[in-house]
Amino acid sequence: MSEVAALVQGFAVVLDPFNLLLICVGITLGVLIGVLPGLGGANGVAILLPLTFSMSPTSAIIMLSCIYWGALFGGAITSVLFNIPGEPWSVATTFDGHPMAQKGQAGEALTAAFTSSFFGAFVAVLMITFVAPLVANFALQFGPPEFFAVQFLAFASFIGMGRGSPFKIVTAMMIGFALAAVGIDTVTGQLRLTFGSIEMLRGFEFLVAVIGLFGIGEILLTMEEGLAFKGKSASINLKVVLQTWKILPRYWITSIRSSLIGCWMGVTPAGATPASFMSYGIAKRFSRNGERFGSGQIEGVVAPETAAHAAGTAALLPMITLGIPGSPTAAVLLSGLLIWGLQPGPLLFVEQPDFVWGLIASMYIGNIFGLVIVLTTVPFFAAILRIPFSIIAPIILVICAIGAYTVNNAAFDITLMLIFGVIGYVFKKLDYPLAPLVLALVLGDMAESSFRQAMLLSQGDVSIFWSNPLVGTIFGLGVLMLFWPLIQWAWGHVRVAKPA
Amino acid sequence: MQEKSSLDANRGLRTGTVEIIVAVLLIVFGAIVMWDSARIGAGWAADGPQAGYFPFYIGLIIAAASGVTLAQAIARRRSGDKKQGAVFVTLPQLRLVLSVLIPTTVFVLVIPLLGIYVSAAVFICLFMWRLGGYPFRKSVPVAIGMPVVAFITFEKWFLVPLPKGPLEAMLGY
Repeated sequence: MSEVAALVQGFAVVLDPFNLLLICVGITLGVLIGVLPGLGGANGVAILLPLTFSMSPTSAIIMLSCIYWGALFGGAITSVLFNIPGEPWSVATTFDGHPMAQKGQAGEALTAAFTSSFFGAFVAVLMITFVAPLVANFALQFGPPEFFAVQFLAFASFIGMGRGSPFKIVTAMMIGFALAAVGIDTVTGQLRLTFGSIEMLRGFEFLVAVIGLFGIGEILLTMEEGLAFKGKSASINLKVVLQTWKILPRYWITSIRSSLIGCWMGVTPAGATPASFMSYGIAKRFSRNGERFGSGQIEGVVAPETAAHAAGTAALLPMITLGIPGSPTAAVLLSGLLIWGLQPGPLLFVEQPDFVWGLIASMYIGNIFGLVIVLTTVPFFAAILRIPFSIIAPIILVICAIGAYTVNNAAFDITLMLIFGVIGYVFKKLDYPLAPLVLALVLGDMAESSFRQAMLLSQGDVSIFWSNPLVGTIFGLGVLMLFWPLIQWAWGHVRVAKPA
Repeated sequence: MQEKSSLDANRGLRTGTVEIIVAVLLIVFGAIVMWDSARIGAGWAADGPQAGYFPFYIGLIIAAASGVTLAQAIARRRSGDKKQGAVFVTLPQLRLVLSVLIPTTVFVLVIPLLGIYVSAAVFICLFMWRLGGYPFRKSVPVAIGMPVVAFITFEKWFLVPLPKGPLEAMLGY
């Protein structure tokens, strides 16, 4: 039970008054970010990342991960009250959450959403506590070929598990890789794709791309819908909370099933959004009131929220153990690790135990604080949503510009942010997924250097990727994922052809 | 009036058209990536791939995958698929989007000249006035308040310098 001892040590780090303050600030900022249009978890964290450069890495990750938890909680507020999913993973919450609010049960819906979020996150944190050290320990024997295989598997699973056109997924991902390649090649020192421009020498800053794609793109999309937000008002008092808490244990099977779906989906980079849809769909099929889903069933709020929060939390497991983020926000946190001078990967557990266990302990405390904060401050955040968009929008645009600038103190990055914003808007409308693009941008250099290190080891022989059972299995799984849409398509044709 | 708006709602860019334009642009992008990678060497040296090896194939995959997307879009357009014929963005929507995008572009372009604080103040004030219909007595306080808060937060608390222009220079920063 060395994990428990390490966790206790982690709690000692977190219970420092300054870190507790950061948790509260982080959660509150996070809920605000989750509630405001155009400021989701990923680009909210990206904008605030430069402010942490002067902090210790442990304090910085505690604050930023708490912003992430806050954003996860905040997404539920807009979904239930305004029928606007603040985050893609809250889309499924609107199906039953908003009808509940229309029936005057906004308080119940929000309490159910927050409590299930908390439950889902808690299960995921428990899993991280006990599984992460095992994974990290196992991954310590990984060399460059194994790391490349894992990265390959991560990207292939986007294609295997994604919805929509696999060609668009591949295109988006490869654009990310191409942008990551811009600048000085780390192995040979040659300039790549800079076209003689000095601004391009630095390469594309990942955080700037995130702020543009998710922030500016989102605002342009919101603008299209017009400016009218028609929301339901909500007040949560202790009575409503206690009443709802009395009902919730009835849905324990849904909660546990959704948590497991969330944990599983969160670890693979497919992430929280499909987890919430899948969990909603399964709950609908198995529930006794299945056919009434969509008309304001509390179970229809519990299922997607539990899964989304479990997945969002579980997304940090591959990040801290393998250096592979499970979601765009986790990718932003990963780039934070690099900026603070930490090398993400299994060695983190050995070399930086305070950092890792402080982070894990802060997940426990952050989620407890988060639950209390959101339950008590809902009316305040609902009021913020009522501020007209024509006031909020320019302020958010200015904040995005400041965020893009502070990453490298480069004015050119603000222009880049705007270009990425337009790309994000068009891509979202045409169903080009942004998550693989973002993950490829942050992991591109790492994937390439592990591939080339593997090549140096094997003296240019690619058979190193199936030279032992471990790397062979991971690589094989990756290939399977890569061709999964093709296999499905072929299988469909075989089945159709047979009866005929 | 109503007739005009219902007419407007059906006009605008078709999804299929935008799909084709984007696919063509991506093919060009892929080709540029391949061309520049071939220039620095996209072969396989004795010690593994050369600097341009990966980007070359990345460019190739972008161009190939976008080629499939393009072919699919054209095929669907021929067959009169509904989704492709759907409106990508209606004219009123496009007008709204541009009403945000154009001022934001101007704001971004002015930052190097005026500094971020002054540009932000002017941007917020005009945005609220033009799009929200707020009188200046309401928009000016917000427009001045936000940059002041940003100034205190970034320059004073976190010691992160932001771009400054002539006004800040006059005030001695």
